[in-house]
Amino acid sequence: MPAHPNRTLRTYSLLLLFIFLRPVGNLALAWGTKHFPQSLSVDPSVYLRAMLDPFVALGIAMLILSVLTRLALLSLADLSFVLPVTAVGYILATLFGQVFLHESVTAQQWLGTVLIFMGTALVGSTAHNTTKYEEASE
Amino acid sequence: MKWILLSIVVCATAASDILQSHEMKRAGEHSVGARGLVRLFQTIARRRMLILSIVCLAVSFFAFMALVQAAPLSFAVPASAASFIIETLLAKLVLKEQVGARRATGALLVLGGVLLLAR
Repeated sequence: MPAHPNRTLRTYSLLLLFIFLRPVGNLALAWGTKHFPQSLSVDPSVYLRAMLDPFVALGIAMLILSVLTRLALLSLADLSFVLPVTAVGYILATLFGQVFLHESVTAQQWLGTVLIFMGTALVGSTAHNTTKYEEASE
Repeated sequence: MKWILLSIVVCATAASDILQSHEMKRAGEHSVGARGLVRLFQTIARRRMLILSIVCLAVSFFAFMALVQAAPLSFAVPASAASFIIETLLAKLVLKEQVGARRATGALLVLGGVLLLAR
């Protein structure tokens, strides 16, 4: 697929930014909510108070930024490319859960991590925008 | 409770992703530079389906916040990726993206891994 080099560079820069923002944002959010004294339910006032917690606020800010990054990414690449590649974020979240939140991660869960990496590598080597170049490739 | 929260997260995420991808493809290329961001916000304000996708995203987010508080991070995050296979199917059926054998296999491996992680 003869994709423009700048376009490819921009796609991968946005991808890296997204892969950083999402798991770190998730970690901050988890840290904040787990240390918050009240249980989050359907009551909006509890959510509002939880959002005043600095870790929850930081997590939300990073996750909002990751959503904007992803919107830009989706304008450059297909959803079926974006979705599996950003799965790296799920692995990082599991790692952060184990390291920073002291959660137990079993051997089976690490096997899952390896499968995710394999799947990610396979998808990452394919073309990342099929709908835009339809006419050119036919 | 954790499974109810998880289903809300998964369904709302899938709806939001399909709407986002559909609308952003129609809106043309965007970036997140200083000028790019302004244009991005203008696009969001102009496109109704994009606003709906953000409502779905908000619903999934608040459910996720409650999930991440109640369940371990190493469960909440991978389990919420259960929406993957639904979304890849919708990408092919609704968005008409070409999901080739390689890409489909990759997505399936990712899904298998996510299922193992979620245990």
